Amino acid sequence: MKRTFADLHLCPNVKDSEKVSRIVSKASKLGYRLMAITLPSNITQEETQRLRNICKEAKIDLASRVDLKPETPRELIQNLRRLRRKFEIVAVMCESKNVARQAAKDRRVDLLNFPSLDFRRRFFDNAEAELASNSLASLEIDMKPLLTLEGPARIRLLSSLRREASIAQEFHVPIVISSGVSYELLMRKPRELAALASLFDLDEALALEAVSKNPMSIVKRNREKLGPKFVAPGIRIIRRGKDC
Amino acid sequence: MKRVKRRYLALEIDSEEGFGSEEFMDAVWGAVLKLYGEYGASKAGLTLIDYDMEKRFAVIRIKHTTLGMIRTALATITKIGNKPAAIYILTVSGTIKVLHKKTKQ
Repeated sequence: MKRTFADLHLCPNVKDSEKVSRIVSKASKLGYRLMAITLPSNITQEETQRLRNICKEAKIDLASRVDLKPETPRELIQNLRRLRRKFEIVAVMCESKNVARQAAKDRRVDLLNFPSLDFRRRFFDNAEAELASNSLASLEIDMKPLLTLEGPARIRLLSSLRREASIAQEFHVPIVISSGVSYELLMRKPRELAALASLFDLDEALALEAVSKNPMSIVKRNREKLGPKFVAPGIRIIRRGKDC
Repeated sequence: MKRVKRRYLALEIDSEEGFGSEEFMDAVWGAVLKLYGEYGASKAGLTLIDYDMEKRFAVIRIKHTTLGMIRTALATITKIGNKPAAIYILTVSGTIKVLHKKTKQ
């Protein structure tokens, strides 16, 4: 069966339509069938629709994504309560250990992302992975720093990623590989993103899942949940009316 | 002696600027050396077969065991001769004849 590839982290300036359409057409040309653009939390429905139309023209599916950068677990919970039903993907940038732990155990969080430059603030350890494996969160790895960093910084990043990828596999936490770019020349084909994952010892099969099956299943699950027929996990409305 | 199996890679060069084949190969060698060192690069058997800057197209030959390594190294290239660029693999083939057939399609 042919794989469908997705990139869940593209961050162009959404107000710059020209740039957005350039990135969208590039993603389509590179072989992606679904992409997620990071949107501001206060984006209007009209603006989202405008972006969807741009993607429709390029024959690519758009998923709305919001990046939360809370300073405290309380702020995270408040943000999730306010934004969860507005966006198809919720990613949390874990900049403190408390936030990382809360994000990992909250079933409303889809992606856990860690700052790539500050290696002391990459909190994806065994405890974090165990919490994430009991909820629905996946570990997101952005490939942009692997392309832009050089020398010792890249070496340190690869070492952290190798450790995190191995922990994620041990605790069965899904890994999602994204590009995390805002500039077209840093975008790569899905198979090339998967090849980059070999730098931190991720198997080819797992790496390909991380750019296809894992991101697609997050979007599918959330679209189902946000749809009008969803009642609870495993329960959905199949018919309405007086004869029911 | 065991026959060496090779792979031919058709590459697309994405850049607004132009550059010569030497600059292009320097970037490819540089990326392989940075990631895998001289030992790894020596295993690659990297050779430029065809280069057309107007069409932004190149063909390189490598040893088939190093395909994953070269794919990774090519993906890390962000500049060619200090000019922003990206290299994408269009197709991979065992013979140059089939490679040209595939790229024409």
